[in-house]
Amino acid sequence: MAYDKFTVLTSTAVPLPTDNVDTDQIIPARFLKATEREGFGDNLFRDWRYDVEGNPKRDFVLNDPTYNGKILVSGRNFGSGSSREHAVWALYDYGFRCVVSSFFADIFKNNCLNIGVLPVTVSPGFADKLLDTITANPAATITVDIPSQKITLDSTGESESFDINEYKKDNIQHGFDDIDYLLNMSEEIDAFAADK
Amino acid sequence: MEKTTLFDKIWDAHVVKSVPSGPDVFFIDKHFIHEVTSPVAFLNLEKRGIGVKNPSRTVATPDHNVPTVDQDKTIKDKLSRMQVERLRENCARYGIELHDLGSAHHGIVHVIGPELGITQPGMTIVCGDSHTSTHGAFGAIAFGIGTSEVEMVLATQCIMQSKAKKMRITIDGVAGKGVTSKDLILYVIAQISAAGATGYFVEYGGSAIQSLSMEARMTVCNMSIEMGARGGLIAPDETTFEYLKGKEYAPKGEAWDKAVAYWKTLKTDEDAVFDKEYHFDAADIEPMITYGTNPGMGIKIIGNIPTTEGMEGSNKTSYLKSLAYMGFEPGEAIMGKKVDFVFVGSCTNGRIEDIRSVAEFVKGHKKAENITAWIVPGSREVEKMAHEEGLVKILEEAGFELRQPGCSACLAMNDDKIPSGKYAVSTSNRNFEGRQGPGARTMLASPLTVAAVAIAGEICDPREVFEN
Repeated sequence: MAYDKFTVLTSTAVPLPTDNVDTDQIIPARFLKATEREGFGDNLFRDWRYDVEGNPKRDFVLNDPTYNGKILVSGRNFGSGSSREHAVWALYDYGFRCVVSSFFADIFKNNCLNIGVLPVTVSPGFADKLLDTITANPAATITVDIPSQKITLDSTGESESFDINEYKKDNIQHGFDDIDYLLNMSEEIDAFAADK
Repeated sequence: MEKTTLFDKIWDAHVVKSVPSGPDVFFIDKHFIHEVTSPVAFLNLEKRGIGVKNPSRTVATPDHNVPTVDQDKTIKDKLSRMQVERLRENCARYGIELHDLGSAHHGIVHVIGPELGITQPGMTIVCGDSHTSTHGAFGAIAFGIGTSEVEMVLATQCIMQSKAKKMRITIDGVAGKGVTSKDLILYVIAQISAAGATGYFVEYGGSAIQSLSMEARMTVCNMSIEMGARGGLIAPDETTFEYLKGKEYAPKGEAWDKAVAYWKTLKTDEDAVFDKEYHFDAADIEPMITYGTNPGMGIKIIGNIPTTEGMEGSNKTSYLKSLAYMGFEPGEAIMGKKVDFVFVGSCTNGRIEDIRSVAEFVKGHKKAENITAWIVPGSREVEKMAHEEGLVKILEEAGFELRQPGCSACLAMNDDKIPSGKYAVSTSNRNFEGRQGPGARTMLASPLTVAAVAIAGEICDPREVFEN
C-alpha cells in the first residue's frame, strides 16, 4: 500500500553497533499475532528494549533520550533470518525511514523497499565512521539523497554513493508499489500463464 | 549454446518481463500461505478492491501459532484463534485450498507440500516464510517472501524480483558414522558464516548430497537461508522421482511419464559457470552443534568454543554479547554442558525419517531426569506413520512427550516456549536470542545428537553413546 514518499531525508540518527541483528530481535515472533498492520512500533526490539516485567532497559539505545531520528545506523548483516515483513512495519511504525548498514540480508532489503524504508548499504569504514560520529555527537545529522544516490555525514561533508535500481528509486520517490506495476501488466501475465 | 545452471533454466523460464534497470516480473507456479504472514495481504487486496487472480495456485495451512495440544478444541489464545479464523475466512472467500487444523493433511507448510506431491521439480514456489527454501530439494526455485509480495502473488501470480547470483556448494566423499545431513549443513554454515551466501542462490551437488534421501535433502535446502542465501536447490534424480511417484498431487499415468522426461532435463550444464563455488569433503565433517546466537556459530561437538583471538571492533563486541547470552566462555569445551530441554521437530527435522532416527536411538533407554523432551511431528501424516510404525510407543517409554503437528517451539509463537535461561538442544533451524522463548538458550543439532543428549542429560557425542 502507499507509504510516505521521500526524496531527500536529513535527520539525526540512532546508533546500534551490533552485527547480525536478526528479524527475531527486531520483532519477536510472539508479537506477530495481529491481523492488521498497526502498532508494531511498540514492540520494536522488544526484548532488548524491555525486561520481562516490561520496564525499559536503560542501556538500550532506544531508551536513551539522547538519541533519536528517522535513520537507524546498524552493524553488519542487518535483518537476517525470518522473512517477517512485520520487522519493517515495526521500524516504520516507530518512525524510521532509513536503515544504514554495511551489509543487509536479502529478504529484509526487499521488504524495506516494498514498505518505503530505504536500506542504504555503505562501506564498512563509512559505517564505522557514521556510528562513531553519531554516538559521540547525537545532534549530528545524516542526509540521504535518493535522486543523487548519496549519503552524507553533514558535520564533516564526508559522503558515499549507494546503489538502488532505477525502478525502485522511482517507486520510493513517488510512493508507488510493485502491485500497481503488476496490475498494469495483467494481460502480459495472462498470456504468459497460458503456457504454464 | 550458452552453458547454463539449473537455477538459470528454471528462473529464465519464469520471467514474464525484465524491467529495464530493475527487477524481473517473475511468475510463480505454487504459492503456500499460513496464518501469520497472510492476513494483512488479504486485507490490502480488499482495500484495493481486487481479488485473488488464480486461487488454484495457492495452498493454505495454519502452522506457525497453532497449539500442539487439544487441536480438536477451540484455540484458547484469542489472537492465535483470530489469525487461524481469518485464514479460514480468506480461503473460503477466495476459493483457496485449506488443510485445516485436525484435517488429514494438516501440518507445517514445508512438510505437507512435499509430502502431498504439490512440490515438484522445475517449479517456482514462494511462501511468506524464509524456510520455503526447503522445497528446493526437489529441484525447484523456492524462496521466502514478505507480506507485500504475498499480496502480489495473490493479486497477480507474479512478484518483482532481481535474479540472485549463483553459488555452487559441492560436498563429495562419504560422511562418517553419526553424521547426518543436519551436520553437513551446520558445517557448511559454520565454514562460510551466517551471511556467507547472502545475495546468492545455492545449488548443492557432489556425491555426499546425491546419496541423501529426500528428507535429508530437505534439511539441507531448508537451512540455506541460515547462511543468507535466497534459496538452495538440488538437481532432481531417481531419488526425487521415486519419492514423488504415487503422491496425491503428483502427475499420474501419461502425465507422469511426460513430467519425468522434463524433470530429467533439469540439471546444470557441465561447463556452466557459477559466481562462487565451494568444495567440501564429507569425511572432514563430524557431528555439529551451535554454541552462539546465529546458525553460523557452530562447532564440531567434540570441539571448543572459539576464542576471541583475531577479533576486533563490533565483531568482537557482538561475539562476546552472544556468548554472554548463552552463558558460555570463549575457549571452553561444549561437551558436558548441562541441558534442560530437547526439541525434535520443525520444517528442518520434523519428518518421519527424523522421528525414526530418534526412536531407533532411544529405544530401550530413558531420558535423563533433568531433561524435558518434546517431539513434535511436522504433519498429521508424520504423526500417523509414527503411530503405525510403533515409534510413538518407543518414544513415550523413553520419556518423550509427543505433541500435535505445528511449528511449535521452533519459533515459540504458541505456548511451547523454553523458559528464560534454560538450555535447549533443538533440531530446528535458528538459535537467535529468544527464538524459542524470551531468554531461552538454543543449541542446534541433528536429531541423532538430540536423542543422545536426551539420554545423557548433557551435551555429548552421539557416536560415543552409540557404542555404549
